[in-house]
Amino acid sequence: MCLGIPGRVVELWREHDILMGKVDFDGVLKRVCLEHVPDVTPGEYVLVHVGFALSQIDEAEARKVFAFLDGMEQLDELYVPSPDGEKP
Amino acid sequence: MKYLDEYRNPDAARRIVHAISKVATRPWTIMEVCGGQTHTIVKYGIDELVPAGIELVHGPGCPVCVTSLETIDRAHAIASRPDVIFCSFGDMLRVPGSRGDLLQLKSHGSDIRVVYSPLDAVTIAAANPTRQVVFFAIGFETTAPPNAMAVWLAHKRGLTNFSMLVSHVLVPPSITSILQAPDNRVQAFLGPGHVCTVMGYQEYEPIARRYRVPIVITGFEPLDMLEGLLWTVRQLEEGRAEVENPYARAVRRDGNAASRRLINDVFEVCDRKWRGVGSIPKSGLKLRYEYRAHDASRLFEVETIETQESPVCISGEVLRGMKKPHQCPAFGTQCTPDNPLGATMVSAEGACAAYYAYGRYLNAGAIALQQV
Repeated sequence: MCLGIPGRVVELWREHDILMGKVDFDGVLKRVCLEHVPDVTPGEYVLVHVGFALSQIDEAEARKVFAFLDGMEQLDELYVPSPDGEKP
Repeated sequence: MKYLDEYRNPDAARRIVHAISKVATRPWTIMEVCGGQTHTIVKYGIDELVPAGIELVHGPGCPVCVTSLETIDRAHAIASRPDVIFCSFGDMLRVPGSRGDLLQLKSHGSDIRVVYSPLDAVTIAAANPTRQVVFFAIGFETTAPPNAMAVWLAHKRGLTNFSMLVSHVLVPPSITSILQAPDNRVQAFLGPGHVCTVMGYQEYEPIARRYRVPIVITGFEPLDMLEGLLWTVRQLEEGRAEVENPYARAVRRDGNAASRRLINDVFEVCDRKWRGVGSIPKSGLKLRYEYRAHDASRLFEVETIETQESPVCISGEVLRGMKKPHQCPAFGTQCTPDNPLGATMVSAEGACAAYYAYGRYLNAGAIALQQV
Protein backbone atom coordinates (compact mmCIF):
# COMPACT_ATOMS: atom_id res chain seq x y z
CA MET A 1 0.00 0.00 0.00
CA CYS A 2 2.73 2.47 0.95
CA LEU A 3 4.27 1.82 -2.43
CA GLY A 4 6.56 4.59 -3.63
CA ILE A 5 7.94 4.45 -7.14
CA PRO A 6 10.85 6.58 -8.32
CA GLY A 7 10.22 8.42 -11.57
CA ARG A 8 11.89 11.15 -13.64
CA VAL A 9 10.14 14.49 -13.94
CA VAL A 10 9.55 15.37 -17.60
CA GLU A 11 7.36 18.45 -17.52
CA LEU A 12 5.81 20.82 -14.97
CA TRP A 13 2.72 23.05 -14.98
CA ARG A 14 0.26 24.66 -12.59
CA GLU A 15 -3.36 23.56 -12.43
CA HIS A 16 -5.96 24.97 -9.99
CA ASP A 17 -2.96 26.75 -8.46
CA ILE A 18 -1.22 23.43 -7.70
CA LEU A 19 2.12 22.29 -9.13
CA MET A 20 1.49 19.30 -11.39
CA GLY A 21 3.79 17.41 -13.73
CA LYS A 22 4.40 14.56 -16.07
CA VAL A 23 6.61 11.84 -14.58
CA ASP A 24 8.32 9.05 -16.51
CA PHE A 25 8.35 5.65 -14.78
CA ASP A 26 10.73 3.81 -17.09
CA GLY A 27 8.60 4.54 -20.14
CA VAL A 28 5.19 4.86 -18.50
CA LEU A 29 4.12 8.50 -18.24
CA LYS A 30 1.82 9.59 -15.40
CA ARG A 31 0.27 12.83 -14.25
CA VAL A 32 1.62 13.54 -10.79
CA CYS A 33 1.03 16.24 -8.18
CA LEU A 34 4.39 17.89 -7.45
CA GLU A 35 3.12 20.55 -5.04
CA HIS A 36 5.19 19.20 -2.13
CA VAL A 37 8.46 18.94 -4.06
CA PRO A 38 8.42 22.56 -5.33
CA ASP A 39 12.15 22.75 -6.10
CA VAL A 40 12.20 19.85 -8.53
CA THR A 41 13.26 20.48 -12.13
CA PRO A 42 12.83 18.33 -15.27
CA GLY A 43 15.30 15.43 -15.33
CA GLU A 44 15.32 14.98 -11.55
CA TYR A 45 13.79 11.99 -9.79
CA VAL A 46 10.92 12.01 -7.31
CA LEU A 47 9.35 9.29 -5.19
CA VAL A 48 5.69 8.99 -6.16
CA HIS A 49 2.85 7.43 -4.16
CA VAL A 50 -0.71 7.33 -5.60
CA GLY A 51 -0.04 10.14 -8.04
CA PHE A 52 1.63 12.37 -5.48
CA ALA A 53 5.36 13.09 -5.16
CA LEU A 54 6.43 12.70 -1.53
CA SER A 55 10.13 13.49 -1.82
CA GLN A 56 12.91 14.25 -4.22
CA ILE A 57 15.51 11.50 -4.61
CA ASP A 58 18.94 12.55 -3.39
CA GLU A 59 21.41 11.15 -5.89
CA ALA A 60 24.47 11.45 -3.66
CA GLU A 61 22.71 9.53 -0.87
CA ALA A 62 21.49 6.94 -3.38
CA ARG A 63 25.07 6.07 -4.32
CA LYS A 64 26.26 5.46 -0.76
CA VAL A 65 25.27 1.81 -0.51
CA PHE A 66 27.19 1.06 -3.69
CA ALA A 67 30.22 2.93 -2.36
CA PHE A 68 29.93 0.81 0.78
CA LEU A 69 29.83 -2.35 -1.33
CA ASP A 70 32.83 -1.21 -3.38
CA GLY A 71 34.67 -0.57 -0.13
CA MET A 72 33.90 -4.09 0.99
CA GLU A 73 35.23 -5.42 -2.27
CA GLN A 74 38.45 -3.45 -1.95
CA LEU A 75 39.06 -4.91 1.48
CA ASP A 76 39.35 -8.11 -0.47
CA GLU A 77 39.23 -10.14 2.68
CA LEU A 78 35.83 -11.33 1.74
CA TYR A 79 35.09 -14.48 0.03
CA VAL A 80 31.50 -14.18 -1.09
CA PRO A 81 30.30 -17.56 -2.29
CA SER A 82 28.04 -17.43 -5.32
CA PRO A 83 25.05 -19.80 -5.33
CA ASP A 84 26.82 -22.38 -7.47
CA GLY A 85 29.75 -22.44 -5.09
CA GLU A 86 32.26 -20.84 -7.46
CA LYS A 87 34.49 -18.00 -6.45
CA PRO A 88 33.37 -14.70 -7.94
CA MET B 1 20.52 5.68 -12.10
CA LYS B 2 16.87 4.79 -12.15
CA TYR B 3 16.82 4.01 -8.43
CA LEU B 4 15.07 0.67 -8.93
CA ASP B 5 16.96 -2.09 -10.76
CA GLU B 6 20.22 -1.16 -9.03
CA TYR B 7 18.63 -2.09 -5.73
CA ARG B 8 17.67 -5.55 -6.96
CA ASN B 9 21.19 -6.67 -7.89
CA PRO B 10 21.69 -10.25 -6.61
CA ASP B 11 25.46 -9.93 -6.34
CA ALA B 12 25.20 -6.79 -4.22
CA ALA B 13 22.54 -8.51 -2.12
CA ARG B 14 24.83 -11.48 -1.49
CA ARG B 15 27.54 -9.15 -0.29
CA ILE B 16 25.26 -7.50 2.23
CA VAL B 17 24.02 -10.89 3.42
CA HIS B 18 27.65 -11.83 3.95
CA ALA B 19 28.24 -8.62 5.91
CA ILE B 20 25.22 -9.44 8.11
CA SER B 21 26.49 -12.94 8.80
CA LYS B 22 29.85 -11.49 9.84
CA VAL B 23 28.22 -9.11 12.31
CA ALA B 24 25.56 -11.42 13.77
CA THR B 25 26.67 -13.53 16.71
CA ARG B 26 23.34 -14.08 18.47
CA PRO B 27 19.70 -14.70 17.56
CA TRP B 28 17.58 -11.57 17.13
CA THR B 29 13.90 -10.94 16.45
CA ILE B 30 13.34 -8.00 14.10
CA MET B 31 10.00 -6.65 12.92
CA GLU B 32 9.40 -4.89 9.63
CA VAL B 33 6.49 -2.55 10.13
CA CYS B 34 5.24 -2.04 6.63
CA GLY B 35 3.22 -4.48 4.55
CA GLY B 36 5.14 -3.54 1.41
CA GLN B 37 8.32 -4.63 3.17
CA THR B 38 6.69 -7.91 4.26
CA HIS B 39 5.88 -8.51 0.61
CA THR B 40 9.49 -7.80 -0.49
CA ILE B 41 10.88 -10.09 2.23
CA VAL B 42 8.73 -13.05 1.24
CA LYS B 43 8.91 -12.43 -2.51
CA TYR B 44 12.72 -12.29 -2.59
CA GLY B 45 13.21 -14.83 0.19
CA ILE B 46 15.13 -12.38 2.36
CA ASP B 47 14.01 -14.22 5.51
CA GLU B 48 15.75 -17.31 4.16
CA LEU B 49 18.90 -15.44 3.06
CA VAL B 50 19.79 -13.95 6.44
CA PRO B 51 21.66 -15.99 9.07
CA ALA B 52 19.48 -18.62 10.72
CA GLY B 53 19.31 -16.92 14.12
CA ILE B 54 17.73 -13.76 12.72
CA GLU B 55 13.98 -14.05 12.78
CA LEU B 56 11.90 -11.59 10.81
CA VAL B 57 8.42 -11.04 12.16
CA HIS B 58 5.81 -9.10 10.27
CA GLY B 59 4.14 -6.01 11.63
CA PRO B 60 0.76 -4.31 11.42
CA GLY B 61 1.63 -2.03 8.49
CA CYS B 62 -0.89 -3.10 5.90
CA PRO B 63 -3.67 -0.50 5.97
CA VAL B 64 -5.99 -2.63 3.87
CA CYS B 65 -5.62 -5.44 6.39
CA VAL B 66 -6.21 -3.38 9.51
CA THR B 67 -9.25 -1.45 8.22
CA SER B 68 -12.03 -2.52 10.56
CA LEU B 69 -14.85 -4.73 9.40
CA GLU B 70 -17.30 -1.99 10.47
CA THR B 71 -15.60 0.44 8.08
CA ILE B 72 -15.70 -2.07 5.22
CA ASP B 73 -19.42 -2.56 5.89
CA ARG B 74 -19.94 1.19 5.97
CA ALA B 75 -18.15 1.52 2.61
CA HIS B 76 -20.34 -1.23 1.23
CA ALA B 77 -23.52 0.52 2.40
CA ILE B 78 -22.47 3.87 0.92
CA ALA B 79 -21.27 2.33 -2.36
CA SER B 80 -24.59 0.54 -2.84
CA ARG B 81 -26.51 3.85 -3.00
CA PRO B 82 -27.66 4.70 -6.54
CA ASP B 83 -26.70 8.39 -6.20
CA VAL B 84 -23.09 7.54 -5.33
CA ILE B 85 -19.95 7.05 -7.40
CA PHE B 86 -17.68 5.20 -4.99
CA CYS B 87 -13.94 5.55 -5.69
CA SER B 88 -11.26 3.42 -4.10
CA PHE B 89 -7.77 2.05 -4.46
CA GLY B 90 -8.03 -1.35 -6.14
CA ASP B 91 -6.88 -3.42 -3.19
CA MET B 92 -9.90 -2.47 -1.05
CA LEU B 93 -12.36 -3.98 -3.52
CA ARG B 94 -11.74 -7.60 -2.63
CA VAL B 95 -11.81 -7.21 1.15
CA PRO B 96 -14.88 -9.10 2.35
CA GLY B 97 -17.25 -7.34 4.72
CA SER B 98 -20.26 -8.82 6.48
CA ARG B 99 -22.32 -8.35 3.29
CA GLY B 100 -19.74 -9.28 0.68
CA ASP B 101 -17.06 -7.18 -0.97
CA LEU B 102 -17.13 -4.08 -3.15
CA LEU B 103 -16.23 -6.03 -6.28
CA GLN B 104 -19.40 -8.12 -5.95
CA LEU B 105 -21.36 -4.93 -5.45
CA LYS B 106 -19.82 -3.51 -8.62
CA SER B 107 -20.79 -6.63 -10.55
CA HIS B 108 -24.37 -6.04 -9.39
CA GLY B 109 -24.35 -2.60 -11.00
CA SER B 110 -23.12 -0.18 -8.34
CA ASP B 111 -20.90 2.59 -9.72
CA ILE B 112 -17.60 1.69 -8.08
CA ARG B 113 -14.42 2.97 -9.68
CA VAL B 114 -10.81 2.06 -9.05
CA VAL B 115 -8.64 5.16 -9.09
CA TYR B 116 -4.87 5.53 -9.23
CA SER B 117 -4.90 8.66 -7.13
CA PRO B 118 -7.37 10.38 -4.76
CA LEU B 119 -6.94 13.43 -7.00
CA ASP B 120 -8.58 11.43 -9.81
CA ALA B 121 -11.66 11.13 -7.59
CA VAL B 122 -11.77 14.93 -7.37
CA THR B 123 -11.69 15.11 -11.17
CA ILE B 124 -14.59 12.61 -11.30
CA ALA B 125 -16.55 14.78 -8.83
CA ALA B 126 -16.00 17.85 -11.02
CA ALA B 127 -17.20 15.94 -14.09
CA ASN B 128 -20.31 14.55 -12.33
CA PRO B 129 -21.90 17.45 -10.44
CA THR B 130 -25.24 15.66 -10.00
CA ARG B 131 -23.72 12.61 -8.33
CA GLN B 132 -22.11 12.15 -4.92
CA VAL B 133 -18.49 11.07 -5.31
CA VAL B 134 -17.10 9.28 -2.26
CA PHE B 135 -13.43 8.33 -1.93
CA PHE B 136 -12.43 5.52 0.43
CA ALA B 137 -9.45 7.13 2.19
CA ILE B 138 -7.41 4.48 3.88
CA GLY B 139 -3.69 4.35 4.49
CA PHE B 140 -0.82 5.23 6.75
CA GLU B 141 0.98 8.58 6.91
CA THR B 142 2.32 7.95 3.38
CA THR B 143 -1.15 8.25 1.88
CA ALA B 144 -2.26 11.11 4.12
CA PRO B 145 -0.77 13.96 2.02
CA PRO B 146 -2.44 12.89 -1.27
CA ASN B 147 -5.72 12.28 0.54
CA ALA B 148 -5.48 15.60 2.37
CA MET B 149 -4.65 17.32 -0.92
CA ALA B 150 -7.78 15.82 -2.52
CA VAL B 151 -10.06 17.16 0.23
CA TRP B 152 -8.30 20.51 0.30
CA LEU B 153 -8.59 20.83 -3.47
CA ALA B 154 -12.26 19.78 -3.58
CA HIS B 155 -13.00 22.29 -0.80
CA LYS B 156 -11.14 25.05 -2.63
CA ARG B 157 -12.93 24.27 -5.90
CA GLY B 158 -16.31 24.24 -4.13
CA LEU B 159 -17.03 20.64 -5.09
CA THR B 160 -19.73 19.96 -2.55
CA ASN B 161 -20.42 16.55 -4.10
CA PHE B 162 -16.98 15.22 -3.08
CA SER B 163 -16.51 13.43 0.23
CA MET B 164 -14.24 10.92 1.90
CA LEU B 165 -14.75 7.90 4.09
CA VAL B 166 -11.62 8.22 6.19
CA SER B 167 -9.95 5.33 7.98
CA HIS B 168 -6.38 6.53 8.33
CA VAL B 169 -3.93 4.87 10.69
CA LEU B 170 -0.62 5.96 12.21
CA VAL B 171 2.56 3.92 12.71
CA PRO B 172 4.12 5.22 15.97
CA PRO B 173 1.11 4.37 18.23
CA SER B 174 0.91 0.89 16.71
CA ILE B 175 4.56 0.02 17.35
CA THR B 176 4.31 1.53 20.82
CA SER B 177 1.36 -0.75 21.55
CA ILE B 178 3.43 -3.75 20.36
CA LEU B 179 6.31 -2.74 22.63
CA GLN B 180 4.00 -2.26 25.62
CA ALA B 181 2.58 -5.77 25.41
CA PRO B 182 3.95 -7.91 28.28
CA ASP B 183 4.65 -10.80 25.91
CA ASN B 184 6.40 -8.66 23.27
CA ARG B 185 9.33 -10.38 21.56
CA VAL B 186 10.32 -7.71 19.03
CA GLN B 187 13.88 -6.46 19.69
CA ALA B 188 14.23 -4.01 16.82
CA PHE B 189 12.26 -2.45 13.98
CA LEU B 190 12.88 -1.81 10.33
CA GLY B 191 11.22 1.60 10.22
CA PRO B 192 8.66 2.35 7.50
CA GLY B 193 10.65 4.22 4.85
CA HIS B 194 7.79 5.80 2.95
CA VAL B 195 5.86 6.85 6.04
CA CYS B 196 9.07 8.65 7.04
CA THR B 197 9.40 10.47 3.70
CA VAL B 198 6.35 12.38 4.95
CA MET B 199 6.75 12.42 8.72
CA GLY B 200 10.53 12.23 9.09
CA TYR B 201 11.85 10.13 11.94
CA GLN B 202 12.03 12.45 14.91
CA GLU B 203 8.90 10.93 16.42
CA TYR B 204 10.65 7.52 16.50
CA GLU B 205 13.59 8.80 18.54
CA PRO B 206 11.75 8.85 21.92
CA ILE B 207 10.36 5.36 21.18
CA ALA B 208 13.87 3.98 20.51
CA ARG B 209 15.15 5.57 23.72
CA ARG B 210 12.25 4.64 25.97
CA TYR B 211 11.93 1.00 24.91
CA ARG B 212 15.62 0.48 24.11
CA VAL B 213 14.94 -0.71 20.56
CA PRO B 214 16.90 0.12 17.43
CA ILE B 215 14.69 1.58 14.69
CA VAL B 216 16.33 1.68 11.26
CA ILE B 217 14.45 3.57 8.54
CA THR B 218 14.34 1.15 5.64
CA GLY B 219 13.38 1.27 1.98
CA PHE B 220 11.45 -1.29 -0.02
CA GLU B 221 13.83 -2.83 -2.53
CA PRO B 222 15.72 -6.02 -1.62
CA LEU B 223 19.02 -4.18 -1.21
CA ASP B 224 17.35 -1.54 0.96
CA MET B 225 15.88 -4.22 3.19
CA LEU B 226 19.17 -6.05 3.56
CA GLU B 227 20.99 -2.81 4.29
CA GLY B 228 18.33 -1.97 6.90
CA LEU B 229 18.86 -5.39 8.46
CA LEU B 230 22.65 -4.94 8.48
CA TRP B 231 22.36 -1.61 10.30
CA THR B 232 19.81 -3.10 12.73
CA VAL B 233 21.90 -6.17 13.57
CA ARG B 234 24.95 -3.97 14.02
CA GLN B 235 23.06 -1.85 16.58
CA LEU B 236 21.73 -4.91 18.40
CA GLU B 237 25.18 -6.50 18.58
CA GLU B 238 26.72 -3.26 19.84
CA GLY B 239 23.98 -2.73 22.40
CA ARG B 240 22.80 0.52 20.84
CA ALA B 241 19.17 1.61 20.49
CA GLU B 242 19.00 4.53 18.09
CA VAL B 243 17.08 5.71 15.09
CA GLU B 244 19.27 5.42 12.01
CA ASN B 245 18.46 6.22 8.40
CA PRO B 246 20.12 4.25 5.62
CA TYR B 247 17.20 5.23 3.32
CA ALA B 248 18.53 8.78 3.10
CA ARG B 249 18.01 9.04 -0.66
CA ALA B 250 14.29 9.48 0.07
CA VAL B 251 13.96 10.29 3.79
CA ARG B 252 15.06 13.41 5.65
CA ARG B 253 14.98 13.69 9.46
CA ASP B 254 12.07 16.17 9.45
CA GLY B 255 10.27 14.52 6.51
CA ASN B 256 8.34 16.72 4.11
CA ALA B 257 7.33 19.90 5.95
CA ALA B 258 4.70 20.92 3.38
CA SER B 259 3.06 17.50 3.59
CA ARG B 260 3.03 17.50 7.39
CA ARG B 261 1.48 20.97 7.37
CA LEU B 262 -1.27 19.92 4.97
CA ILE B 263 -2.05 16.75 6.96
CA ASN B 264 -2.34 18.88 10.07
CA ASP B 265 -4.60 21.40 8.33
CA VAL B 266 -7.04 18.79 7.04
CA PHE B 267 -6.89 15.94 9.55
CA GLU B 268 -6.79 15.53 13.31
CA VAL B 269 -5.65 12.62 15.44
CA CYS B 270 -8.32 10.26 16.76
CA ASP B 271 -8.63 6.83 18.38
CA ARG B 272 -8.86 4.06 15.81
CA LYS B 273 -9.97 0.45 15.84
CA TRP B 274 -7.49 -1.84 14.03
CA ARG B 275 -8.77 -5.06 12.59
CA GLY B 276 -7.16 -7.99 14.37
CA VAL B 277 -5.65 -5.75 17.05
CA GLY B 278 -8.47 -3.70 18.58
CA SER B 279 -8.71 -0.04 19.47
CA ILE B 280 -5.45 1.90 19.86
CA PRO B 281 -5.66 5.40 21.36
CA LYS B 282 -4.63 8.29 19.11
CA SER B 283 -3.66 5.92 16.30
CA GLY B 284 -5.81 7.34 13.50
CA LEU B 285 -6.63 10.45 11.54
CA LYS B 286 -10.07 11.91 10.86
CA LEU B 287 -11.21 15.00 8.98
CA ARG B 288 -11.22 18.24 10.94
CA TYR B 289 -14.53 19.93 11.68
CA GLU B 290 -13.80 22.60 9.04
CA TYR B 291 -13.97 19.86 6.40
CA ARG B 292 -17.13 18.18 7.74
CA ALA B 293 -18.93 18.93 4.46
CA HIS B 294 -16.58 16.40 2.86
CA ASP B 295 -16.88 13.76 5.58
CA ALA B 296 -18.78 10.77 4.18
CA SER B 297 -19.30 9.31 7.65
CA ARG B 298 -21.36 12.43 8.52
CA LEU B 299 -23.10 12.73 5.16
CA PHE B 300 -24.38 9.18 4.83
CA GLU B 301 -26.39 7.63 7.63
CA VAL B 302 -25.50 3.98 7.88
CA GLU B 303 -27.21 1.60 10.24
CA THR B 304 -24.91 -0.10 12.74
CA ILE B 305 -23.94 -3.52 11.56
CA GLU B 306 -22.94 -6.19 14.03
CA THR B 307 -19.68 -7.75 12.91
CA GLN B 308 -17.99 -10.91 14.02
CA GLU B 309 -14.48 -12.14 13.34
CA SER B 310 -13.52 -15.79 12.85
CA PRO B 311 -12.70 -17.52 16.14
CA VAL B 312 -9.98 -19.60 14.44
CA CYS B 313 -8.04 -16.67 12.93
CA ILE B 314 -4.80 -15.67 14.69
CA SER B 315 -4.23 -12.47 12.68
CA GLY B 316 -4.04 -10.39 15.86
CA GLU B 317 -1.03 -12.38 17.02
CA VAL B 318 0.51 -12.30 13.53
CA LEU B 319 0.13 -8.49 13.40
CA ARG B 320 1.93 -8.14 16.73
CA GLY B 321 4.77 -10.46 15.74
CA MET B 322 3.73 -13.17 18.22
CA LYS B 323 3.07 -15.81 15.59
CA LYS B 324 3.84 -16.59 11.97
CA PRO B 325 1.09 -17.23 9.39
CA HIS B 326 1.82 -20.96 9.10
CA GLN B 327 1.24 -21.41 12.82
CA CYS B 328 -2.48 -20.90 12.20
CA PRO B 329 -4.45 -24.12 11.72
CA ALA B 330 -6.60 -22.46 9.06
CA PHE B 331 -3.67 -21.11 6.98
CA GLY B 332 -3.88 -22.26 3.37
CA THR B 333 -6.83 -24.53 4.03
CA GLN B 334 -9.92 -22.83 5.47
CA CYS B 335 -8.27 -19.45 4.98
CA THR B 336 -6.95 -18.39 1.56
CA PRO B 337 -6.81 -15.07 -0.34
CA ASP B 338 -10.04 -16.07 -2.11
CA ASN B 339 -11.73 -16.83 1.17
CA PRO B 340 -9.89 -14.88 3.87
CA LEU B 341 -10.86 -15.36 7.50
CA GLY B 342 -9.04 -12.35 8.84
CA ALA B 343 -6.96 -9.20 8.49
CA THR B 344 -3.62 -10.63 7.39
CA MET B 345 -5.07 -12.63 4.49
CA VAL B 346 -7.30 -9.93 2.95
CA SER B 347 -4.62 -7.98 1.08
CA ALA B 348 -1.56 -9.10 -0.91
CA GLU B 349 0.55 -7.16 1.58
CA GLY B 350 -0.81 -9.02 4.60
CA ALA B 351 1.69 -11.47 6.05
CA CYS B 352 -0.61 -14.48 5.56
CA ALA B 353 -1.44 -13.58 1.95
CA ALA B 354 2.26 -13.01 1.15
CA TYR B 355 3.19 -16.41 2.64
CA TYR B 356 0.37 -18.00 0.67
CA ALA B 357 1.23 -16.27 -2.63
CA TYR B 358 4.86 -17.39 -2.48
CA GLY B 359 4.06 -20.90 -1.27
CA ARG B 360 5.62 -20.55 2.17
CA TYR B 361 4.85 -23.30 4.64
CA LEU B 362 1.63 -24.28 2.91
CA ASN B 363 2.23 -27.86 3.90
CA ALA B 364 2.98 -26.83 7.45
CA GLY B 365 -0.50 -25.27 7.61
CA ALA B 366 -2.09 -28.44 6.33
CA ILE B 367 -0.17 -30.53 8.87
CA ALA B 368 -1.20 -28.19 11.69
CA LEU B 369 -4.82 -28.58 10.61
CA GLN B 370 -4.62 -32.35 10.69
CA GLN B 371 -3.31 -32.14 14.24
CA VAL B 372 -6.20 -30.02 15.46
